Amino acid sequence: MFDVRNLNVAYGQSDVLHGIDLTVAPGEIVAVIGRNGMGKSTLMKSLIGVIPTKSGHVRVDGAVLTALPSHARVAYGLAYVPQGRQIFGTMTVKENIQTGLVVTGESKVPDEIYSLFPILWEFEKRRAGNLSGGQQQQLAIARALASNPKILLLDEPTEGVQPSVIKDIAKVLKEIRQLRNLCIVVCEQVLSFVLDVADRILVMENGRIVHSDSRDQVDEAAIARFLAV
Amino acid sequence: MVMGYSLGELSSIFAMQAFAGLILFSVFLLMALGLAIIFGQMGVINMAHGEFMILGAYMTYLTSHGFQTYLPGAYAIYFFVAMAIAFIASGAIGLAVEWLLIRHLYVRPLDTLLATWGLSLIMQQAFRSIFGAREVGVQLPDWMMGALSVTDVIEVQINGLFVMALTLIITGIVALLLFRSTWGLQVRAVVTNRTMSGAVGIDTRRIDRLTFGLGCGIAGIAGSAFTMIGSTGPTAGQLYIVDTFLVVVFGGAQSLLGTVASALTISQSQSTLEFFLSGSMAKVLTLLIVIGLLMLRPQGLFALKVRR
Repeated sequence: MFDVRNLNVAYGQSDVLHGIDLTVAPGEIVAVIGRNGMGKSTLMKSLIGVIPTKSGHVRVDGAVLTALPSHARVAYGLAYVPQGRQIFGTMTVKENIQTGLVVTGESKVPDEIYSLFPILWEFEKRRAGNLSGGQQQQLAIARALASNPKILLLDEPTEGVQPSVIKDIAKVLKEIRQLRNLCIVVCEQVLSFVLDVADRILVMENGRIVHSDSRDQVDEAAIARFLAV
Repeated sequence: MVMGYSLGELSSIFAMQAFAGLILFSVFLLMALGLAIIFGQMGVINMAHGEFMILGAYMTYLTSHGFQTYLPGAYAIYFFVAMAIAFIASGAIGLAVEWLLIRHLYVRPLDTLLATWGLSLIMQQAFRSIFGAREVGVQLPDWMMGALSVTDVIEVQINGLFVMALTLIITGIVALLLFRSTWGLQVRAVVTNRTMSGAVGIDTRRIDRLTFGLGCGIAGIAGSAFTMIGSTGPTAGQLYIVDTFLVVVFGGAQSLLGTVASALTISQSQSTLEFFLSGSMAKVLTLLIVIGLLMLRPQGLFALKVRR
C-alpha cells in the first residue's frame, strides 16, 4: 500500500535522513517518535514533496511518487496535516475544506467530514484564522481528508492543543481509520497520545529509524528513554 | 469669492473635475486589478502591464477599422467585439509570456522586474514598428458621442459614463471570480500559503499561469476603455504604469476593496488638484498624500485582520 524504500533527504550538502524504510498497511496507524531535530518533520515534508528527495522511493499502490510535485502526490492519495496546522487564515472554514476538494473536482463538502468534526460545521462561515488552536487542528485534518486520501500524514497534531482536544483528535483518527481503512503516519513527541492511537511505534534518531515495536508488545520504558533529553 | 470664482462656479468646477477624476479612476482601476492579482498571487511586478493595456487599445483600433471597412452598418456595436478581441489577445500573449519567461524566474522574484521591463521595451518597439510612432485614435460610434447636461454649467460625457459602467461590471466579475469560483478559491489559498496550497493538492503553477493570463487580459480591456477617452501611442502605457503601481501599493496588494478605494483617492485628488495647480504640482501633492498615508499604514489602506 504505502511503501518507502531507502529514502535519503538532504538540506543542501548536509544529509538529514539516511535510508528510511517504512511500509504501512491499509488501516494501520504508525507513529514516528523522537526528540526535536531528529528528522521527523523532514520525513513528513519529503513524503508529501514539499522538500525534494535525494534518493530512494516513495510508492503508493505501486505508483512511484518520488519525483512528483506535491499537488500530484495528493492526486495519488497522499494527504498532509503540517506542523503548526498552516490553515488558510483569511479564508472561511468551508473554503479551507474546499481547497482540499480541488483534486477531487467536487465543490460540496461531504457530510461525512462535518459529522466527524461538528464544530467545523457550526463555524463554517467564520474565518479560519479566528478559530482556536484545537479547532484549527481539526480543520487541518478535515482539509486533508477532503482530498479522499489513501495515506494520511500528520506532523505533531497535538502541538499547541489543549489536553481534552488531544483526546478528541485521537478518537477521530481511530474513527477515520475505521471508516476509510486508510494508512495513517503520525509524528509525535507526546508518548501518551502515541500509545493511545498507534498500532506500531517507530523511534527516530539522527535521521534513522532505530527502534520499532508493535503496540501489544511495546516497552514503554525503553521508548521513554529515547525521548528523554 | 475664492480665487476669483463664485461659490456656484466653484461647486460646478468640483463636480466636473470629480467626473473627470472618475474617468481616470476607471482606467486606473482596470489597470490596477490585473496588476494587483498578479502581484498578490505570485509576487511578480509586471512592468509590461501598461504595454498589455496598449496592446488592447491597438486591438480596439484595428477592430474599429475592420468594422468601418467591412461592416459599417454594425459600427454601433464594434466596441463590444473589440473588447472581447482585446481581452483574448492580451490574455493569450500574457499566457505565452508566463510560459516562456516568467515561470523560469519564480525563484528569482527581483529578476522578473528586469525581465518584464525588458519585455515592455520590446513591446513598445513592436508597436512602433507595426502601427507607427504617431498616435492613433478610434472614431466613437454615434451613441457614445455628446454629453448630458445636468445643469447649465455641468456636463457629463456619455463615453465617460460608459467607461465607468464598464469598469463597474468588470470589477464585479473579477470579485465574483475571486470569491465564488474554484479558480478564485485556489488563488486566495496560494496567496496565503503557496507551499501548503501545493500540499493540499492545488497545482500552483497552473494557477499562476491562469492568473497571469487573466491579469493581462483585464489590462487589454482597460486598453479598450482607454481608446474611448484618449489616443493610443506606442508609449502611452508608460504614463499609466507608475500611477497604477501607486494604486496597488496604496490599496494593499491583497485587497480588492483596497484597490478600488485607493484608485478612487488617487484619481480624485489628481484631477481636482490639477484644475487649481499645474499638472506636476498636482502629482507632487498626490504623491505626498500617498507617502504620508503609507507611513501611517505600511500594509496599505485595507488589510485583513486575523490571528496568525
